[in-house]
Amino acid sequence: MFFEISLRHRIGERDLAFDLASDAPLTAIVGVSGAGKTTILNCVAGLIRPDEGRIAIAGETLFDSATGVDVPPERRRAGYVFQDARLFPHMKVEANLAYGERMARSEDRWIARDRVIELLGIGHLLARYPANLSGGETRRVAIGRALLSGPRFLLLDEPMASLDAERAEIMRQLVEQIRDELSLPTLLVSHDRAEVERLAGQGISLD
Amino acid sequence: MLSELEWAVVGLSLKVSLAAVLLTLPVAYGLAWLLARRRFPGIIVLDALVHLPLVVPPVVTGWLLLVLFGRNGAIGAWLESALGITLVFNWTGAALAAAVMALPLMVRAMRLSIEAVDRRFVEAARSLGAGRWRAFATITLPLSLPGIAAGATLGFARSLGEFGATITFASNIAGQTRTLPLAIYSGLQVPGAEEQVARLAVISILLSLAALLVSEWLVRRSAGRRAHVL
Repeated sequence: MFFEISLRHRIGERDLAFDLASDAPLTAIVGVSGAGKTTILNCVAGLIRPDEGRIAIAGETLFDSATGVDVPPERRRAGYVFQDARLFPHMKVEANLAYGERMARSEDRWIARDRVIELLGIGHLLARYPANLSGGETRRVAIGRALLSGPRFLLLDEPMASLDAERAEIMRQLVEQIRDELSLPTLLVSHDRAEVERLAGQGISLD
Repeated sequence: MLSELEWAVVGLSLKVSLAAVLLTLPVAYGLAWLLARRRFPGIIVLDALVHLPLVVPPVVTGWLLLVLFGRNGAIGAWLESALGITLVFNWTGAALAAAVMALPLMVRAMRLSIEAVDRRFVEAARSLGAGRWRAFATITLPLSLPGIAAGATLGFARSLGEFGATITFASNIAGQTRTLPLAIYSGLQVPGAEEQVARLAVISILLSLAALLVSEWLVRRSAGRRAHVL
């Protein structure tokens, strides 16, 4: 099983209940905005601690309220691509890419920096600061930074959102490429059902 | 230009202020981080204590320092017997007084800049494999650098002007604790020193102006490069 997620979490006035068991390497969570999709990704990444439940990815338990397991975020090896990218503003693209890579143990680094740069087409951006990147460029660098940190799985939060049609199509192809060539368990969050049907082996709705 | 005596006063003032800022910097940053990032019971009390030197009469702060760090004070007696350090009547005492008075201003500037560091960057760093300390050292600290610089310069300027707590705690001793404001005050006590008072006052204004300009320059320089901060 790639993804086994079962969690209960209270956000303000609302109770979020979510259960997912998926064998598809690319699994999607679809739902309207405000349904709690990003909250689920944050729980998987360890940035939010759910009230109760269990999260296991590719057989490794990351969180289990019953047994008290709660792996800290830095040891979950999540390749989290945030919707707002969150590139570090005080570092050039090159340093952003190297940030997670430097901290990963050498046996955990399964992809070379040159390969990532080529795959994402970001070679000409290395000397720039994030403030000088377009939306599509920013997102590609964020994906590259996540891939280089030696992740065991990817979390993609609305990777196509707020990109024009052409850029969104490039990003879609990129996600397909990651799915087919890198065989990395990937959890994708989207509000776009058509997109999810095209990309994901399994989708789950969140209302 | 300046007379030998004036140079000595300026030199002592700079030495005292620099020591005060260096002493306060880590403490102020730690307090600023606590106040900006942590929620714990008693945070309001801590916040108030930090700001106390800003509102309490400086002479009272000086008196409190005397009670704590004087020769017979709880900490002062120990410092003298264990480490051989005497603060009263000594330039180190003037530095301590200036440090305490500068603390609130430094904490305020640093706290604002730490609050301005988006926590989402810290979360991103954590998810990329950085532990708490590493995320702090690589994200929060560099992004709050403009605030550290601004706080340090403000603290320096405040230390240069410190009078009440210094004269109460460290006393007014030429060559040891007679900094610029104390020298001006002393000059006013004797007839015929009007010209010297005026010269020292002008030096004082110029130094303060320079400190403010440097702080402004530091913030602008770094804010220009890091478009997201300040």
